Amino acid sequence: MRYLPLSDTDRGEMLARIGVNHVDELFADVPKNLLLKEPVDLPRRKGELEVERILSRMSAKNISASSVPFFVGAGAYKHHVPATVDHLIQRSEFLTSYTPYQPEIAQGTLQYLFEFQTQVAALTGMDVANASMYDGSTGTGEAVLMAHRVTKRRKAVLSGGLHPHYADVVKTLSDMASDETVILAPDVNGTEDILSQIDDTTSCVVVQSPDVFGNVRDLKPIADKAHQHGALLIAVFTEVVSLGLLKSPGSMGADIVVGEGQSIGNALNFGGPYVGLFATQSKYIRQMPGRLCGETVDADGNRGFVLTLSTREQHIRRDKATSNICTNSGLCSLAFTIHMTLLGEKGLSRLARINHANAVKLADQLSQVKGVEVLNQTFFNEFTVKLAKPAAETVERLAEKGVLAGVPVSRLMPGAGLDNLLLVASTEVNTDDDRAALCAALKEVL
Amino acid sequence: MLNRQGRPSSAGEAGTNAHPTFTGNKALAQIEPLLFEIGRHDTTGVDFDEPEEFQPRLGGLERKEPIGLPGLSEPETMRHYVRLSQQNYGIDTGLFPLGSCTMKHNARLNERMARLPGFSDVHPLQPVSTVQGALELMNELGRYLVTLTNMTAVALSPKAGAHGELCGMMAIKAAIEAKGEGATRNVVLVPDSAHGTNPATAALIGFKVKAVPAREDGSVHVEDVKKLLGPDVAAIMLTNPNTCGLFEPQVAEIAKAIHDAGAYFYCDGANFNAIVGKAKPGDLGVDAMHINLHKTFSTPHGGGGPGSGPVVLSARLAPFAPVPFVRAGKDGGFELVEQESDAAEKPFGRMTAFHGQMGMYVRAMSYMLSHGADGMKQASEDAVLNANYIRAGLSDLLSLPFGNKPCMHEVLFDDAWLKDTGVTTLDVAKAMIDEGYHPMTMYFPLVVHGAMLIEPTESESKSSLDLFIATLRDLAMSAKNGDKERFTGAPYHAPRRRLDETRAARSPILKWTPPEPVAEAAE
Repeated sequence: MRYLPLSDTDRGEMLARIGVNHVDELFADVPKNLLLKEPVDLPRRKGELEVERILSRMSAKNISASSVPFFVGAGAYKHHVPATVDHLIQRSEFLTSYTPYQPEIAQGTLQYLFEFQTQVAALTGMDVANASMYDGSTGTGEAVLMAHRVTKRRKAVLSGGLHPHYADVVKTLSDMASDETVILAPDVNGTEDILSQIDDTTSCVVVQSPDVFGNVRDLKPIADKAHQHGALLIAVFTEVVSLGLLKSPGSMGADIVVGEGQSIGNALNFGGPYVGLFATQSKYIRQMPGRLCGETVDADGNRGFVLTLSTREQHIRRDKATSNICTNSGLCSLAFTIHMTLLGEKGLSRLARINHANAVKLADQLSQVKGVEVLNQTFFNEFTVKLAKPAAETVERLAEKGVLAGVPVSRLMPGAGLDNLLLVASTEVNTDDDRAALCAALKEVL
Repeated sequence: MLNRQGRPSSAGEAGTNAHPTFTGNKALAQIEPLLFEIGRHDTTGVDFDEPEEFQPRLGGLERKEPIGLPGLSEPETMRHYVRLSQQNYGIDTGLFPLGSCTMKHNARLNERMARLPGFSDVHPLQPVSTVQGALELMNELGRYLVTLTNMTAVALSPKAGAHGELCGMMAIKAAIEAKGEGATRNVVLVPDSAHGTNPATAALIGFKVKAVPAREDGSVHVEDVKKLLGPDVAAIMLTNPNTCGLFEPQVAEIAKAIHDAGAYFYCDGANFNAIVGKAKPGDLGVDAMHINLHKTFSTPHGGGGPGSGPVVLSARLAPFAPVPFVRAGKDGGFELVEQESDAAEKPFGRMTAFHGQMGMYVRAMSYMLSHGADGMKQASEDAVLNANYIRAGLSDLLSLPFGNKPCMHEVLFDDAWLKDTGVTTLDVAKAMIDEGYHPMTMYFPLVVHGAMLIEPTESESKSSLDLFIATLRDLAMSAKNGDKERFTGAPYHAPRRRLDETRAARSPILKWTPPEPVAEAAE
């Protein structure tokens, strides 16, 4: 087997050195009747060529985003990732290293985490950011738990514009922990009355902007009302590129900002791995979940970085820990930070303008198509359209025509009576030809 | 001190400090400033044209203030991160015997497979008809995991080991509530030797944690468990093989006692690498076990993630598996069940947006296809053989807390052998860095004083192990002979000397801030 260096001669010599005759003597504590004599019932080993054949065959059954006009979003976005990013994250020293428990030989990881934290704090307009979460949805679940710790209350109010998967993750966690969750009805136009839901028992309000329907939300009034009642505002985003153009959640009064960073540096990957961004104010850092990297000096006085404030964490605190999280999304945060470094402020804001411009163009073109109504007054790179026919079947028919048109709202919110609504995203990857193809295909099927 | 070639290996008085350089660099060892110290706000390494003029639809919520993100050109970016990478130790650098972390070889075939466009460039919410191959892969991965463990079902979506623990414990909680015992069964038994995530996970969803003491032989005894059992016990969280590197000899009896008391057996699968293809957790009475794809099935650790922690479930827990999951469709294709209402079973909810860590599923599948049933069995045997070979090579100099008996895929030493040397486990670890090794896991498990947990994995050759053993023997002799300096000042040769972690925690600096402008000198 190509990955196993030991030869049978080696094995024989090593067993002799250990003082046993057969390797199974090392498994003596396994109940005799349960120790398997033969390999399990799965195929035997395969060479690289054969494995490539099998997996390539599976891969070829899928339609990749780059191969068609592509407008699917709703929390994961197709962006162009520079070649440099994927090359750098595959360097052995990044790819095959562990959590930096030995900082003297992990300064590469630690320094980029410090840079990542600085970038995320700047983007969100917050004091501090952690070294990343699994993804935006689990980060949102952790943000709610953190708010409960800070406020010592147990009721979260979730906007009807929050991505339903995110709401489900929060609700699953909250139900299990016997905390209360109030989820408002789907809010297509971004006009819900969330302020009246906030009272003195509210721990936090969770609001996404741009929301799942694409509306851009002003968080300031919500933050003000929350703060009047001693509650926290958790601001969520699923499209981090929007922060290149929009006011930061921190500047609008958010107490915790959490979101999905996939758009920068990371491929679609059918939903994962992604990278959760998590930021808050300095006064809350000891209640913050996840890994944190901090600056210090070494014995010679040289600057260096270490994981810090680990007394919050489970390997020290065990059942009193702030969270059970033990990893971050290391390599995905590296991809994020490299791409963000390549973009810089200039590149990010331009990328955001291109995204917005492309979406505006698409919205204007779609509103000319009979049977399509654009519902949004405001949006960044994604918006909701109302079709003359159910969106799910329309999307299937468009897929047959080689256009991936978007996400039917009914897939995310079945039974909400929103079957004719479609979420359509347009990023920098879309060309005029893509937009024309979508409009033409819609004309045919509607 | 002489190295293997007989040349002096330390420069001593005529060392590096005697030849300071203008830059502070030392040839290949480059000092790299922070991005914020070299980046510029008007620089970008990405070429895009400005869009044509258009009317924005942002509702007046445009950003007015600068963000504060410097950029670098592409060559500068490349150099910045390559230099950073050179300050890191990876599996490809050398032996990485970090116990319980299974730092085995990361085959690049797996990277190539994960990047096939049909896996990496597909969206989680594309029409299911356009991702049949992706669902087929998930289904196949699930089949492999279920076969290897002899369990009934698998929840693939958890994003890491601790997330998998949470998923398994949620399934247990849901099952208990379905039986109407939610109010009364609220205690989870966790051995002292368990990883800290176990009690943290149980506490997170409202369970009370009760500790099970570890016996002097490093194992959990069924009598100790029985003493704690009652109608209030929901589950035990037991790591097997355990964190002392031992297979729990009474695991089957413990499982039976747990089940007889109406509770569930959660197994922490962190150490599954020792027994893949040798024993099936389902045969041992396990009800739920997470599998760290990033350990056992070699998806890269990536400096701390992304991981992936699928959970296999027994027939008793299978109905409660969270959404989403893949099932066979009527026409020979695959369906994706994303809503609780679409499931015939009783899913407890959702762990994450979308469908979990697809990129990790592909890598793990590539690993399993490559190894096959025979290769996986061989890998486990080699992992155990390698750990025992280290044990045999060091047992006369280092101290084994539970006696010199066979271990599984990792061998645990304590610090009794360092008594009166003035050298600690931490010092030994730092001295190992100077010798070119990544240290072992230190001070874990907590049940052993000054623990050193060494897991070589199956990826090491005999000659690599021989040199490692010789090095540790040399270090041990050195400590016992009073050469404290070799340890307490270490590392001497790493990119940094020992770092001040206390200082970092006392007044945390968690991001770069611009230096204060220097006040102009008065005229």
